[in-house]
Parts: sequence; structure tokens; C-alpha cells
Amino acid sequence: MTAAAATGWCPALAPALMLRHDPVRGADLLVLPERVVVLEGHAGQIVGLCDGTRTVAGIVGELAARFPGAPVAAEVPAFLDRLRGEGWLT
Amino acid sequence: MTPAGPPARPWALLAELTHACPLHCPYCSNPLELARRSGELRTEEWTDVLRQAAALGVVHTHLSGGEPLLRPDLERIVAAAEAAGVYTQLVTSGTGLDETRLTALRAAGLRSVQLSVQHSDAGAGDRIAGRPGAFAAKERAAALVRAAGLPLGLNVVLHRDNLDSVGELIDLGEAWGVDRVELANTQFYGWGLLNRAALLPTRDQLARARETVERRRERLAGRIDLVWVVPDYFDGVAKPCMGGWGAVSLTVTPDGAVLPCPAAASLPDLDPPNVRDHALAWIWDDSPAFNRYRGTDWPMTGPCGTCPRREEDFGGCRCQAYALTGDPTRTDPACALSPDHPLLRTLTDPESAPSSPPYVYRRPGASVP
Repeated sequence: MTAAAATGWCPALAPALMLRHDPVRGADLLVLPERVVVLEGHAGQIVGLCDGTRTVAGIVGELAARFPGAPVAAEVPAFLDRLRGEGWLT
Repeated sequence: MTPAGPPARPWALLAELTHACPLHCPYCSNPLELARRSGELRTEEWTDVLRQAAALGVVHTHLSGGEPLLRPDLERIVAAAEAAGVYTQLVTSGTGLDETRLTALRAAGLRSVQLSVQHSDAGAGDRIAGRPGAFAAKERAAALVRAAGLPLGLNVVLHRDNLDSVGELIDLGEAWGVDRVELANTQFYGWGLLNRAALLPTRDQLARARETVERRRERLAGRIDLVWVVPDYFDGVAKPCMGGWGAVSLTVTPDGAVLPCPAAASLPDLDPPNVRDHALAWIWDDSPAFNRYRGTDWPMTGPCGTCPRREEDFGGCRCQAYALTGDPTRTDPACALSPDHPLLRTLTDPESAPSSPPYVYRRPGASVP
């Protein structure tokens, strides 16, 4: 079990960040004070669920329903941990 | 070679909202010929520029100047950017920022603040800025931004008169609760070039400062982001200025001229296109100014023509090549492979005794002898 899944953590985007869809490039972006991170694949949808009200288990549940058969439970908690390590989720 | 098709979309817009400023820093990145207030773009013109920029792909704008707080319509410009989906960072001296103004800016959608600092010592900072009380205003501004919960970065331009205090400058950032400290060694264009004899550091100073920064970096890892902008006069490596000409970002000056970088106004015959005459998309994609040195498919002279690094540094900075050699197509003299590199070696040689002329402070008309 990852650190994210082990606690009652409800991930939320750090206040400095903006998550937005970029229609020009057809990509989801995390915009920071001095940089822009292009989110690959479904990462934007995962981050979009980090609104401070859902637990990690809740996020995993919603994604599992959206993407049946995808390795959501195995991969999403580690991904959230990584974003927290960058300081992008609180 | 430049790929076929339209150029990559720009990510960022530097909006120089005004060239008016309460500070007079001798290394200011504004051109020597400062734009007049009477010619500044109006609120609705900036609103339109931001809408066009967003449609072009811009996701980030630095609202800068001069001092952008001198624009009474700054809140409306922030709101226009936010409405267009563009992330806003205010780049300010801190002078003129009070709680009422910050609350209004935040309500309009302001996302983050970058605050300039000249020195860790108040008296020395005020002397460099050419304004008594400037440092105290910055300290108040930093506290307000933190209290408002906005991300805060310090921007320090480094030179002979503050490099020996780089550790104290980082400590100041820590004490003020910042998220980021940008330590930008002076780039010698415009006012910086005019004041080069007073600002150019020594090799020893730079070596000590680098060590200090690396020690602080270890201690502050994960808490404060330390960014070191290289002193290209000393490193022997040319910088891919602005990530390449017309590649990543664009600058709009107070009177609407659009430039690939803030220093490019100094280049001869560039004839910068203006948002009052042309659509931003045409300016980015098709204007002669933005295509002149884009990519590597332009007549590079000197060793760049066959150098593998040309795809990384695009021959270095055109403005620097012009400023130092009079020819903007030459290899940037900062590159150790440039035949003009000795021009810099004579300036940065440990044997060269630094002179210390007084600053020519940045003021309208001050650069005219």
C-alpha cells in the first residue's frame, strides 16, 4: 500500500497551480508560477478529481468506474504520491 | 532545419504594461528608449491582446513593466487574462502594493507574485534601486502577499555590488516565506550594458557565490526553489536566449510593439510589428521580425554553421551578437568557439582591474549623454 492510500488524505491542487485544458494543443496542463507541465494520457482527469473532498480510495473508485479494466488501483495512488512530492498536491 | 508548417505555439507572454517605474535600477531590462505613458495601450487593447494570445496558445502571462501597479486598470487587465484562461503572475517592485490593491487583484484572478529585491541590506538595496524606502516597501509587500496566500518568488539581479551577499539574499527570501528565489546574473543589454563597467563582477566573486548557492540549495531542497541564471560572459557557453527566437514566448511593449524578447528593440531594422496594426497570430506566424532568426534556417555566420550545438542554442543571443560586434548574425561572443570571444575575455580576465564608475540610473533621457 502506498503512502497516499494509507491515510485519509483528500488530495487537493496546491493553491499556486491551475489545471486547465488547452484547446490549442489538445492537452491538459498544470500551470505553475514559472512553468507549465503537460499532463499525458488520463493524468488530467485524475488531477481533476483532486478537489479536497475525495479520498484517494474515492478517486480510485471513480476512475475504476470510468475506465473498467485499467490498472487504476495499482497506479493512481503512486501517481498522487509523486505529485505530492513535487508540491503540486496538498 | 526549420520544420515545415507553422511554428510551434507560444507558451508565455511578457506584458510590459508601462515603462514608468518608481525605481531606477541601473540594469533594467527595459530599452534605453523608454515608452511614453501617452502612447500606452489602453485597457481594451490589452484585453484584446490577451484574448488573441490565449487563442494562439499562450497559457501564462507575466504582467510586468516598469511597475505594473502604476496602471490604475491593472485589475481589469488581470481579469481579462483570467477570463481568457491565461495564468497571471505580477512582476513588481512592491512599491504601491497595499492590502486594498492586493485584495482587488486577487479577486480579479491574480495567481502569483514575483517581487524584485536589489540587496539583503536595506541601505544598499535603496542605493541600487535609486529610491529611499524601496526596501521597506518590498518587505511590506512580501508580508501582504504571504498573508493573502499567493505564491511568492523573489527576483534578484546579481552584479558586483550584491554577489557577495547572495547567501544573505537567499536567507532573506527564507525569512520572508517565499517559494522561489531567482538569482539572475546581469544580462548586459540596454541599461545593463550602459552600466557594465560598474556591474560586471569578478571571477572570484562568481565562484564564491556559486558555492554559497549550492550549499543553500542542499539545505533548502523541497522548500525553496533556487534558480541560478548563468553569467554567460564568464561561462564560455552561449544561452539559447528565450528558448529560441520566436519559439516559446513573446513580449508586448507598453505601446503595442511585439518582440521575440524584451531586448530585441535594440536590433537594427527589425521593424517590430504592432498589435495596433496586425493580428497577433500573423505577428507570430508570418511577420518578418519573428521569422528573421527563428530556428536554425537563417544565415548564421561564424562557427555555428557546422556546429552540432546550433540545434540547442540557435547561435546564442542575437541582441548580444549585435551589441558586441555590430552584426546580429554573428555567433554570440559568449560562446568560447566564437572568434569574437576574446572581446569578453579581456573584460572577464582576472587581471583586468575593475573600475567603478557611478551608476547611470534608469530614467527617461538618462542614457543620452
